[in-house]
Amino acid sequence: MHDKTLAQLSAALQARKTSSVELTQHMLRRIKELDGRLNSFVTVTEAEALAQALIADLRIAAGQAGPLTGIPIAHKDIFCTREVRTSCGSRMLEDFVAPYDATVVARLEQAGAVMLGKTNMDEFAMGSSNETSHFGAVRNPWDDDTVPGGSSGGSAAAVAAHLCVAATGTDTGGSIRQPAALTGITGLKPTYGRCSRWGMIAFASSLDQAGPMARSAEDAAMLLTAMAGFDERDSTSADRPVDDYVGALGNDIRGLRIGIVGEFMDDGLDGGVGASVQAALDELQRLGAELVDVSLPNAHLSVPAYYVVAPAECSSNLARFDGVRYGHRCEDPKDLEDLYKRSRSEGFGAEVKRRIMIGTYALSAGYYDAYYLKAQKVRQLIADDFRRAFERCDVIAGPTAPGTAFRLGDKADDPVSMYLQDIYTIAVNLAGLPGMSIPAPASDGMPVGLQLIGDYFDEARLLNVAHQLQLATDWHQQAPKGFE
Amino acid sequence: MSLSTDDVAKIAHLARLAVTPDETGALKRDLSNILDLVAQMDAVDTADVEPMAHPLEMAQRLREDRADREDRRDDYQANAPAVENGLFLVPKVIE
Repeated sequence: MHDKTLAQLSAALQARKTSSVELTQHMLRRIKELDGRLNSFVTVTEAEALAQALIADLRIAAGQAGPLTGIPIAHKDIFCTREVRTSCGSRMLEDFVAPYDATVVARLEQAGAVMLGKTNMDEFAMGSSNETSHFGAVRNPWDDDTVPGGSSGGSAAAVAAHLCVAATGTDTGGSIRQPAALTGITGLKPTYGRCSRWGMIAFASSLDQAGPMARSAEDAAMLLTAMAGFDERDSTSADRPVDDYVGALGNDIRGLRIGIVGEFMDDGLDGGVGASVQAALDELQRLGAELVDVSLPNAHLSVPAYYVVAPAECSSNLARFDGVRYGHRCEDPKDLEDLYKRSRSEGFGAEVKRRIMIGTYALSAGYYDAYYLKAQKVRQLIADDFRRAFERCDVIAGPTAPGTAFRLGDKADDPVSMYLQDIYTIAVNLAGLPGMSIPAPASDGMPVGLQLIGDYFDEARLLNVAHQLQLATDWHQQAPKGFE
Repeated sequence: MSLSTDDVAKIAHLARLAVTPDETGALKRDLSNILDLVAQMDAVDTADVEPMAHPLEMAQRLREDRADREDRRDDYQANAPAVENGLFLVPKVIE
């Protein structure tokens, strides 16, 4: 039952071939039996899940079910979930019980999805390996010695290991796409503003975006349909109608112009990954798409610009953790400054502190023009590159990450080498465009991601291209040994 | 770009973080390396470029100034480390 896609399980539930309670119990059993190896969940909400499943079954029996009714999913622990601990992977929020639901969580619940629990993540979504979590690293189900990527590493590992049907993630610099690539699943970062940020713990507010992580493009389309939409509680929510993502899946892609970014297929790319990505591009061409060369001449500046913009916004957003209103508080503070400093130093891990300090420095008196303003100008150049590229093509394709999953500990002591994991994904966040990662053929038995980048609010086309590729190939149907 | 021990101490204070002498060395190295990475931006001329503050061109929405949510102070304060009579408690700030 766990090897089925969301679309298949949805059909099985509607046809009463199985019940949501049965499906939910099965997934909870798998989490109990198998997650000891992965550490992909930080909280399992068994009682709540079974109660939601029971309600879902009643709705199905009453003929009131939608496509997500009764489907067990997991939420990244960055989304606030009412009366359920929401830790954001941090000691700071180890005991934080959210008083309300994030909009994305509420929308999926309204659509009838069942929440199995909360998934592990890099602390405050800062990391590309899931090793910065206060709750321990997550292991990649394809190879226990390697990382699942990050920051949505728990969601990615849980979906890849079939411990849940699908999961939510967030992507500030690649945090949905890179783990999706490293674990062989399908992940979509929508256009900035497409999914509400309300109740999603803030990291870098001009970049943060929620999206689905699933087994196929069709599943991702079904989830995004429920997740996307205007929310007056998010001041940068896009006030425009949501497209028919599922309806567009069947569109013909013959004649579609796919832009290949020369700068992304260069020496920095692992040879095996490059060959896999090329095989996926060849298949798209065979399906009738036309490959055209495009250039993003400033893309190499995306990581440098990001490491000003994201830390600057993070230092401002994380100022709220002061040991007063919520979160960790130190013992016996002698005065207010001691309370702030010790609570924050004890509550945050090393990577979060580094980013807060970089951001604080970049925003400090005398440095604003040299860092933040400069980065915003470079950000404009990068967005202009994409605008010009989309005059020549409909979709851009290339690698998601420069290599396959790396070994635990390999990059943990070298922040800059970790940051370079995101060289192909970060430009998309800076520009605010939608991007997704879908499986290409494996390289040496390890998953490889093909990244598809669309123009603003062109998620339907991305999902359509991904779905057509998945209809013609079985790369997305592979399962890691022991989790089939 | 190479940060000094004093720089690290100053940044830590601005960020309200306590940094131990043991941590300073590693922070000096890591933060300097990150600033070297960031310095790659200097290679491009941006004199005539408009800074991009936001991915989407949108104006801030305004709404009517009225309360539209229920008062849940007690629920929200349930997460606070120390409260009394609906107030957050902190160490004495006025002698």
